[in-house]
Amino acid sequence: MNTIRCLIAEDEPLLAAGLRAELLALWPALQVAAVVGDGLQAVSQTLALQPQLCFFDIRMPGCTGLEAAQALAEDWPDGPGAAPFPLLVFVTAYDDYALQAFEAQAVDYLVKPLQKARLAACVQRLQARLAAASSGVGGADGAAGAGAAAQPASNEALSRTLDQLRALLGAGAAGAPGAPGAPGAFAGGPGAAPAPPRLAVIQAQVGNLVHLVPVEAVLYFEAADKYVRVVTAEREHLIRQSLRELLPQLDPQAFWQVHRSTVVQARAVASARREESGKVTLTLKGHADKLVASRLYAHLFKGM
Amino acid sequence: MAWPHNPTTPDVAGATTATSGALASTATSGAQATTAPGGALAYTWQRLRDTSARHLLVVGLLCLGIAVLLTAMDGRGFGTKLVYSLCVGVVCTLVVDGVRLALAWSSDRLRRSRGLPPLDSMSGWAGAIPGALLAALLGPALGMALGDAFTGNRSDSLLQWGSASTRITLVLGLLGTVISIVVISSLERLAAARAQAEAAQRQAAETQLRLLQSQLEPHMLFNTLANLRVLIGLQPQQAQDMLDHLIAFLRATLNASRSTMHPLATEFDRVADYLALMAIRMGPRLQVQLDLPEALRQVPVPPLLLQPLVENAIKHGLEPQVAGGEVQVRAFQLGTELHLVVRDTGLGLHAAQSGAAGSHFGLVQVRERLATLYGAAARVTLQDVATTAITTATATNADADADANANANANANANANAPSPAATGVVVTIVMPLATTALPTP
Repeated sequence: MNTIRCLIAEDEPLLAAGLRAELLALWPALQVAAVVGDGLQAVSQTLALQPQLCFFDIRMPGCTGLEAAQALAEDWPDGPGAAPFPLLVFVTAYDDYALQAFEAQAVDYLVKPLQKARLAACVQRLQARLAAASSGVGGADGAAGAGAAAQPASNEALSRTLDQLRALLGAGAAGAPGAPGAPGAFAGGPGAAPAPPRLAVIQAQVGNLVHLVPVEAVLYFEAADKYVRVVTAEREHLIRQSLRELLPQLDPQAFWQVHRSTVVQARAVASARREESGKVTLTLKGHADKLVASRLYAHLFKGM
Repeated sequence: MAWPHNPTTPDVAGATTATSGALASTATSGAQATTAPGGALAYTWQRLRDTSARHLLVVGLLCLGIAVLLTAMDGRGFGTKLVYSLCVGVVCTLVVDGVRLALAWSSDRLRRSRGLPPLDSMSGWAGAIPGALLAALLGPALGMALGDAFTGNRSDSLLQWGSASTRITLVLGLLGTVISIVVISSLERLAAARAQAEAAQRQAAETQLRLLQSQLEPHMLFNTLANLRVLIGLQPQQAQDMLDHLIAFLRATLNASRSTMHPLATEFDRVADYLALMAIRMGPRLQVQLDLPEALRQVPVPPLLLQPLVENAIKHGLEPQVAGGEVQVRAFQLGTELHLVVRDTGLGLHAAQSGAAGSHFGLVQVRERLATLYGAAARVTLQDVATTAITTATATNADADADANANANANANANANAPSPAATGVVVTIVMPLATTALPTP
């Protein structure tokens, strides 16, 4: 059996060192592939190093642990020979709502300060899951078989993670296309604030000029660094707001989140084509752009 | 004397009584009208409901007194005089309050149609004066007609200006006005003072509770404990130091509600405790600079004034920023004013606003406390500032600080012109009167 490698994402250096030390004490064979201090690195390093386990702090600079998990689920390579999706463990100091969601979904989570007994139980659970995954492929031995055999495990872990994330992000878990990306999506912020008022007009400023764009005219929104691209049939604008702030102000019936960085007006979508990777390519009415709906949101585009 | 047959006098007195009562009540209601749920009309209606029983009691007692006085003067017809007196008093009260209510309603409608927020106190004032005029014109005549209807008498015309009865009417009217103003306004003032005291007490308790809640925020507390737990195993001496900071921080938070003022040096110590905890947690991502001139150490300030601002700087500015940054807290004197500046090189206001709900609570609460203590003499400003590095000014007087500001501005300008994107940050400045009495540092 290969050595199990893990990645720790925790912005407080002492806590990262502490988690690493206690994990290694309980699980000497474990290899810590990397310790990173922010959410963006958590995503890039996990994709680069492909560990089997990830410990994500929820509140991190860059992006939250939940957002990092979403990005991973969307960008994790798929197809023959791909590594299985890592088992995720969330670590939090105190996030009531998140804990409730985890308990409902039975995602593994740890509460800070870490208690030794609780960490030991977590380690046992992780070992059991890894053992189950590898025994599932026990029949196929040798390097040639490993790639193909790993496939079901990868799919299973990934689809389980997708389900859990859908529930956590409120992304219409029960296939309710009425509420994709409902308020509470990107559940990184503490506490559910009262829903902000619906936006009627987007005010996009260029120098001294402010363009007023009715929300109905927007085909899609796309996150671009600290900005959001607002694309209409005629032209596009940049607004200095994050998609996370914008999303709760949009009517979830009309605007569907289809990717962590894309929100499309459902009326503007002409067709959706399912790709082999599990992603869905969307063509728009009256616009040449093609959009990609990630695995996380692919279920929104099933036939009736 | 013609008095027994002329019931005009008490009635006029009643009218002025009612009028001045209404005036007195609106005068004090203005001071009380800090919040008016449901707009001017609802507010006025509520005020009328709350106070009308008291006003009618005062008016009624005054009418009774006048009837007794007049009866004592001629020894006859007490019942008739009381009926007339009460009729006019009640009619006048109704006229005044009706006019007030109508004017409040129409001004409310007018302001709403123009898109303005409704006024709460002015509507009562606006209605009281025309109401008083109308009541003075209508009240006696209507009240007398009403009294005639009750008693079956037929009163003299009010236009007999030369008669002794009219002169006595004026004298009693003036007397009634003075008495009613004194009685009703002092009643109102008492009630207002009591309500204000209750509100202040409630607000103080609420602020304390929210302060405690924000200080003892579970996320902060558990993360600190988690760090402490790790540190105990690694570096027991440093763990002990951290625990000391935590103890001082907790003690200050719990004691803050008890002491009204403490020396600025103590405030800086508490900030230092908090920052020491955060420095252990954030490691090299947090740089701290505290600057308190020796001369300002004993200046009394309200406890935990800087703390919420420093917490905001870290929580919304530096913690969410991947690279971390620097927080600087400094105090200086400018003329007779004390300036307290908390500056960070964090994400800036825009990003901070999109963060947690209630991120402004710290600022709101500091503003409220300063307003309560110093009124308009204190102010808090919040600025988004582009800066590459914190200006390390250690000014203790106006000139040096002006230089420092000029430098800061020069830096900011240089940044604006520089091709590289300037870092963001927030500067919060508290300006308050410099208290002359120094507090001893414990």
